[in-house]
Amino acid sequence: MNGNPPLAEFAARHGLKQSAARPPIGEYIRQLWQRRHFIWAFASAKSVAMYTESRLGQLWQVLTPLLNALVYYLIFGLLLGRSGDVTKYIPFLVTGIFLFHFTQRSVTSGAKSVQTSMSLIRALHFPRATLPFSYTIVELQQLFAAMGVLLVIMLGFQEWPTWQWILIIPILLLQLMFNIGVSLVVARIGAFVPDLSQLLPFVLRTWLYFSGIMFSMYALASKVPTWAMRIMEANPGSVYVELSRRALMGSYRHDLHTMTVKYAEQCAAGGTTHKQLVKAANACKMHSELVSTNHMIWIYAVGWAVVAFAVGFWYFHRAEERYGRG
Amino acid sequence: MADAVKEKVKVSSAPDGSAPPVVIDPNREPIVVVDDLHIIYRVYGAGGKGNANNALMRIVRRQNRPSMKEVHAIRGMSFVAYKGDAVGVIGTNGSGKSTLLKAIAGLLPPQQGGVYTAGQPSLLGVNAALMNDLTGERNIVLGCLAMGMGPDEVKAKYDEVVKFAGLKDGFIQLPMRAYSSGMGSRLRFAIAAAKSHDVLLIDEALATGDAKFRRKSKAKIDELRKEAGAVFLVAHQLDSIREMCNRVLWVDEGRLVMDGDTDTVVDAYVEATGK
Repeated sequence: MNGNPPLAEFAARHGLKQSAARPPIGEYIRQLWQRRHFIWAFASAKSVAMYTESRLGQLWQVLTPLLNALVYYLIFGLLLGRSGDVTKYIPFLVTGIFLFHFTQRSVTSGAKSVQTSMSLIRALHFPRATLPFSYTIVELQQLFAAMGVLLVIMLGFQEWPTWQWILIIPILLLQLMFNIGVSLVVARIGAFVPDLSQLLPFVLRTWLYFSGIMFSMYALASKVPTWAMRIMEANPGSVYVELSRRALMGSYRHDLHTMTVKYAEQCAAGGTTHKQLVKAANACKMHSELVSTNHMIWIYAVGWAVVAFAVGFWYFHRAEERYGRG
Repeated sequence: MADAVKEKVKVSSAPDGSAPPVVIDPNREPIVVVDDLHIIYRVYGAGGKGNANNALMRIVRRQNRPSMKEVHAIRGMSFVAYKGDAVGVIGTNGSGKSTLLKAIAGLLPPQQGGVYTAGQPSLLGVNAALMNDLTGERNIVLGCLAMGMGPDEVKAKYDEVVKFAGLKDGFIQLPMRAYSSGMGSRLRFAIAAAKSHDVLLIDEALATGDAKFRRKSKAKIDELRKEAGAVFLVAHQLDSIREMCNRVLWVDEGRLVMDGDTDTVVDAYVEATGK
């Protein structure tokens, strides 16, 4: 135009960088680590602010999961009579509800995390992944309150502490990792397709009913095909719940053991009539199912956590520069 | 008035009405380079018939949402800002000033051309609050942490921020939704100014402040400039532009009309808009 070198070249010569570029992933992780205090402080602030408008305040942290458990107890325990599935149905149910809600609420709030923080995003520069991280940490803090309630319920139903209770820590950490991963994915989708938050409640509720939260999967097992059973067992919605039940409830471990022994006996007994043979074959199937779950469940738990976290992080980072656009 | 502006374009810039040529000063260090920038953004909710039937038919026919409009807000802008510059951006409403700042901040990806900056630009917008439901205290702490400070650093800066924002006693413990827009933008400016930025972009954030706060923020902007950064200021009050800036960009309909020292450009602008 006027003899100057092109401006882009001029900028590059002086070491200027594209303004709307995302940092490489290594640098991004470093920035994110630097914001760890922000993530925690933001989550705490949100937790505190969450119930400030209601009269009972922070009490709702405990009341919400309790009321939820009560509703499911009325429907599944009393009305549909699933409480016969296990010896101690209430601790079984409450563990399931509390842990599944941790995932459910992480996903729901993760989907809105970028959208609701738009004014912050447009005001300050920080790695946007801090938002889904923070919103998941909010849910973790809510879960702490729920775990306190769970402890009381466990003791109330004479589930005494054993060394296995320690396992709840790695279980929750893995679940947290999984939740953050899923939050990151839905946060990116939700930032550009706000319709997602309309759709999510249905997806999550379907997932809840398929995850063996209100009933024991093994009690249903003889009625569903093996492949469906496999999917239900491997599904992350049930993996962390199952692990927690096994870790916290001696009675549940005992239930599973009794069931395994019973199926083993039936399987070995065989039979002569057609009906007996079918029953024996079914028992063999169930027996191998229970045994294989014992082997596989920790692998599933770790696998889901690592895969979800890595994929979520990578996927969220790919759109980093576009989140402020709105 | 619009005619007068167009008339002025022809007088003050190149004969064919295109933007003034970019002159590069080899002796100074550039901090922001804008190269033939085009910004097109999408706006949702611009109308259209809103019933479920129409929405379904639209999806079946694979049409775009009628409520989505594309706005070509910046149409080919080029300039270079150097270290230590305080650049004022003036123009009528809807001329693309705020869009330009957002683009420099890296919040609106360019359709064509590019924005190159040294370091990370920070934008101070007119939306006063950071997090409405949290108290001023929390906002300060969170804002500082978000900018990448450590907890100790935040503690050290906290009093300075509170003092600079100059809120009335007690307000710091109230949620920010209880703040007036002036108080909100003051606190927000104070938070952003707690850290030195390479490039600070201010979008009318000072417009709501009173005279005393404007004086304080002028001192702060001078300080930020000395710390080897650049400041961009969008304002409708020409006197604050005259006070704070050493250079002014006049923007109209997404194009650069004039780029030069403050008095020349502001005088030309005043004459053109008949103020």
